[in-house]
Amino acid sequence: MRALLLSLAALLSLAFPALAQQSVADILAANRDQIEKPSRQTIGPVIDQLAASGDPAAAAVLTAWEAKQLGLRDSDGAFFIIEKTDDGWLLTAPDGSAAGTAPKGDIKELKPNAGVRGLIATALVQFTLSDPDPAKRLAALESIAKDPKADALVPLRAALDTETDPVLKTQKQRLERLLTLRFDPDSAARVAAIESFGAELGLDLRAALNPLVATTRIAYAGDLPAGSNLARTLTPGSDLTEVEAYDLLVAANMAPARLTVEEARKALVANLKDGMVGGVALADLNTQAARDTAYTALETAGIVPAAATDAEVTAAVAAHRFAEVYAEPDPAVTSAAAAALSGITIKVGTMQAADLALDAISLASIYFLAAIGLAITFGVMRVINMAHGEFIMLGAYTGYVVQQFIPNHTVSILVALPLAFAVTFAAGVAMERLVIRHLYKRPLETLLATFGISIALQQIAKNVFGTQARPLTAPSWLDGALTFNDVVSISYIRIAIFVLALVFLLFFLWLMKRTRLGLEVRAVTQNPSMAASMGINPDRINMLTFGLGSGIAGIAGVAIGLFAKVTSELGSDYIVQSFMTVVVGGVGNIWGTLAGAFLIGTFQKGIEWLNPSNTLAAQTYMILLIILFIQFRPRGIIALKGRAAGD
Amino acid sequence: MSRTFFAKNPSVLWFLLILALFTLAVTVLSEAYGVAFISTSFVKTLGKTLCLALVALAMDLIWGYAGILSLGHMAFFALGGYMIGMWLMYARTEEIVVAALAQGGLPATAEEIRQGVATQIFGVVGASDFPLIWVFAHSFWAQIALVVLGPGILALVFGWLAFRSRVTGVYLSILSQAMTLALALYLFQNDSGLRGNNGLSGLQNLPGLDAVSQDDVSMWFFWASALALGIGYVLLAWVVSGKFGSVIRAIRDDEQRVRFLGYSVEGYKLFAFTLTAVIAAIAGALYYPQAGIINPAELAPIASIYLAVWVAIGGRGRLYGAVIGAAFVSLLSSWFTGGRAPSIPLGFYTIDWVDWWLVILGLSFVAVTLFAPKGIGGLFDLWQGLRSPNRRGAPLGPDDGALMEKEAKE
Repeated sequence: MRALLLSLAALLSLAFPALAQQSVADILAANRDQIEKPSRQTIGPVIDQLAASGDPAAAAVLTAWEAKQLGLRDSDGAFFIIEKTDDGWLLTAPDGSAAGTAPKGDIKELKPNAGVRGLIATALVQFTLSDPDPAKRLAALESIAKDPKADALVPLRAALDTETDPVLKTQKQRLERLLTLRFDPDSAARVAAIESFGAELGLDLRAALNPLVATTRIAYAGDLPAGSNLARTLTPGSDLTEVEAYDLLVAANMAPARLTVEEARKALVANLKDGMVGGVALADLNTQAARDTAYTALETAGIVPAAATDAEVTAAVAAHRFAEVYAEPDPAVTSAAAAALSGITIKVGTMQAADLALDAISLASIYFLAAIGLAITFGVMRVINMAHGEFIMLGAYTGYVVQQFIPNHTVSILVALPLAFAVTFAAGVAMERLVIRHLYKRPLETLLATFGISIALQQIAKNVFGTQARPLTAPSWLDGALTFNDVVSISYIRIAIFVLALVFLLFFLWLMKRTRLGLEVRAVTQNPSMAASMGINPDRINMLTFGLGSGIAGIAGVAIGLFAKVTSELGSDYIVQSFMTVVVGGVGNIWGTLAGAFLIGTFQKGIEWLNPSNTLAAQTYMILLIILFIQFRPRGIIALKGRAAGD
Repeated sequence: MSRTFFAKNPSVLWFLLILALFTLAVTVLSEAYGVAFISTSFVKTLGKTLCLALVALAMDLIWGYAGILSLGHMAFFALGGYMIGMWLMYARTEEIVVAALAQGGLPATAEEIRQGVATQIFGVVGASDFPLIWVFAHSFWAQIALVVLGPGILALVFGWLAFRSRVTGVYLSILSQAMTLALALYLFQNDSGLRGNNGLSGLQNLPGLDAVSQDDVSMWFFWASALALGIGYVLLAWVVSGKFGSVIRAIRDDEQRVRFLGYSVEGYKLFAFTLTAVIAAIAGALYYPQAGIINPAELAPIASIYLAVWVAIGGRGRLYGAVIGAAFVSLLSSWFTGGRAPSIPLGFYTIDWVDWWLVILGLSFVAVTLFAPKGIGGLFDLWQGLRSPNRRGAPLGPDDGALMEKEAKE
C-alpha cells in the first residue's frame, strides 16, 4: 500500500512539474532534520521530491547520499558532496560547483542505514534508466526484471520515450507491460497489458502471471468476507479432507486445537495418582480407547483443558464454509490472468511434447548406436557377445588416451574415431579366434565365456585407469544447444550422435546389401557348409564380421563417452538395453534394431515424463514392458520369415 | 524296486558323509562348542559358503539338468534374504522401541509402537510409515511363508510368461537377466519400501536372544545351513534320478523331440524353474542373517553370472560338482579379495590380488569353458576311469555327432 502511495505521489509530482520545480539545495534545506536522521518509514516523500525535482544535480546528490558521501556543515547547516582528502574534506555544492575544502571536524558525515539506502537506490533507478551509457541502462533493466517492484514502474515509464537504442526500447516496453500487469493501480490497464501478450511462452511472463492467480484457502462462517476474490468454493470431503478443513479452522482461531496423542499422553502422565488416571488403571492404558476414556474423565473433572473430540470436529467443519480465494483482489485481473495462463499452458504442453519427442529420438539414437555392433555380431552371426559393453568402454578409453596426447579436441576426436575402431576391431578378432570360434555350436557357453572376458576386461580397465570417471571432452563446436524457444532445445552432442547413428545405419545397409563382404557374410550365416562349397572361407568371414561389429562398438564408445562419464562400468550400463534393443526389434534385421531402439527410447522417455523424479523407476518399468512385449511378439517387431529365421 | 535310491546313487551317501564330517570338524574346532581354533567370523564364512553351495545346487538343476541358463536365481536368493530380513529388522527394532517407550510413564499403545518402529526403520529414507509390503513383517511365520511364496510366485509368473511364448536358450538368459536388473533398479529406489540402497541391516542380531553371543548364533546358523544343504542335496538327487530327471535332461538335449513325444515341456520347465527359485530363496534366507546386511547390490545381474561361473567351474550336470564349484570359488574369492593373499612384486609392478583376482577368475572361467567343459567334477570321472571316448580328429560329416577321423580308423 505504501509503495502504491509513493508511486502515486511520484506520479503527481511528474504530472505537475511546475509545482515540483525546486532546486535540490532548497529541498535539502527544507528537510534538513529528516535528512540528517533519516528513517525508512518517513524519508520516502523527501527522496521522491528530490528525484522528481527536475534539477540536473539531483542524480549526483542522491548517488552521493547513497554512497555515504553527503555531508552537513556544522556551522551553517549547508549540504555538500564530500570527498576525503589527507587533512579534511573536499566540498562540492549540491548544484555541482566546487565549494573549497573544510577541516575534518567541521563536517558531519551522513550515514543512512541500509533501508534508507535501498529507497534511494530505487529512486536512482530512473536516472540509471536514462543513463547515457547503454550498458548501464541494460544493467538497470535486468536488475528490475530480476526483482520486479511496484516502485520501478513510474521511473521505467518516464525513461521509455527518451530511449534511443531500438533493442533496449523493446526490452523496456516489454518490462513496462510486465510491471503494468502486476502493479498498475488501474484494473483496465492491467487487463490490457495481460491481453497484449497473448499466449506468449516467455518465462518472465509466466513468472509475472503466476503470483496473480496464487490462491489461499480460507474458512468462514456465513457469507464470504467482503473484498475477497473467490477462486472456487471447497466442499469438505471431496475438495479437501476433514482434517485439512479443521486445520484451517484451527489456524483461523475459529476452533480449539485437536488433542494430539503426545499431549494426551503428557496430560495423563501429569495426573497419574496411585497407579490410576481418571479411574483407569495404569496398566490398562495401552490402548488409545482407554486413554481417551481417562482423558475424558479428567476433562469432566475440569483438571485438563477441553479438547475437540471427533464429533465436535465434524460439527465444526459442517458449520463453516471453505473457499479458495485469490491473493489478488481484482476479479477482472485474475480472470484475465487465468485465461492467459491456460492459453500458455496448452502451448507449453505442445512444446513439451515436442521436446519429449526430441529427447526420445536422441535416446533412441544412443541405444541404436550402442546396439548396432550387436546387430552384426548377435543379429547376423547369432553370437552372444556379453563383452560388447566392454568394447564400448575400450572405445571410450581410447578416446580418453588420445586426448592425453593431442590437446586439440577436434583433432583428437578425429584421430580417436578410427583408432577406437582399430583397437576394438583387433580385440574382437582376437576374441573370435581364441574363444568364440570353438563355441559356435554351444551358444549358452559363448554367453558365459564372453562374460568371463567381460569381467576380466572391466577389472583390467579398473586397474589401469582407476575407479574415478575420466573426462572425454567434446570439441567446443559441439558445446551448447540448439534452442528453439524456452521449452524446446537439444544439445549439439545429441544431434551429432543422431547423425552418427544415421551414418552407421546407411553404412550397415551399404555393407550388407551392396558389397562382396556383405554377400559372403549373409551366405555364411545362412548355410556355412554351402557357402564353403562355393569357395567362401567361413572362418575368415566370421572373423571379419565379428571384428567389424566390435569395431563399431568402439566408435560408439567414443560417441557415448562424449556425454557420459568414462568409467570401467560404462559398457555394462548399456549391455542389457542393447540386447533388449536387438531382441525387441527382431534378430537379424537392421530395421528391426532401429525400430527397437525407437520403441525403447520412446518407452523410457514416456515413463520418465509420467514420473519425472525417478529415472530408476522408469528403467524398471521399461524392462517390465519389454518382458511383456516379448510375450506378444516373441520374435521381435520385424520377424524374419522363412529359411532365414533358422531354428 | 530292486535297488534302493542310495544304492543307485552312491554319491549321495558319500556327500552326506563328507558334509557330516565337515560339520563335526567345524563344531569341534569352533569357539562356541570346541577348542576355539576357528574364529567366529570364519565360521560365518563357512556357513555362508554352505548356503551358496545350496543355491548352486538349484542352479545346477535348472542349468546343468534342464539346460535353462537362468541369470535370475541370485535375485530369488536375495529376495528370500529380504523376506527374512524384514522380520528380523522389524522384531529387533520393536524390542528397542518398546524399551524406549517404557521410559515414557505410560504403557505404550500398539499404534505408538508401530509408529516408533516405522520411524526407526524408514527414517533413513525420509519416510515414517510402513509400506504395504511390510504388512506381515511382525509375524515370523508369515515371513517364513513369504520366503517361499514371494520368490516362488515371482518365478512362477515369470517362468509361465517366458516358457509359454517359447523363449528359450540365450533369449531366456537375457530375459531373466533383464528381470534381475529391473528388480535391482526397483529396489535401489528409496520409495521401494525396502530402504533403497541402504538395504536391511543388523540382521545378525536375533530378536530376543541378546544374551546369546554371536559365537553361538553363528554355529546355529552353520548347522542349519549344513542341514539345509544336506536335505536339498538328497531332494535334488531324488528329483533328478527319477523319471522327472530323465525328462528334463531330454528337454535339455532336444526340446522339440520331447514335445513331440507328448510331454508337456512347459510344465516340466516351469516346475524345475519354480522349485529351484524356492530353494534359492531358502538358501538366501539362511545366508543373509549370517551376512548381517542385505542391499540391492546383491541382486545385481553380475551376482547371478557368478553363480553360473561356480556351477560351470565345479562341473554342471552333476550335483556334487555344483557344491564343489561354489565352495571352491567363493572361498578362494574371499581369500583373494580379503587381502590375505600375498602380493607378488615384479619389480616394475606389484600384482595386488585384490585388484587382479577378478581378471584371473574371468580368464580361468573362459579356460574352463573351452578346455574342461566338465569342470572340477570331471576329475572324479578320471578317478573312476569313466572317460568319454576319444573322438578327436576332423568330423567326417557335416552334422553334430558325426563320426570323427581317428574314431573311424580304430
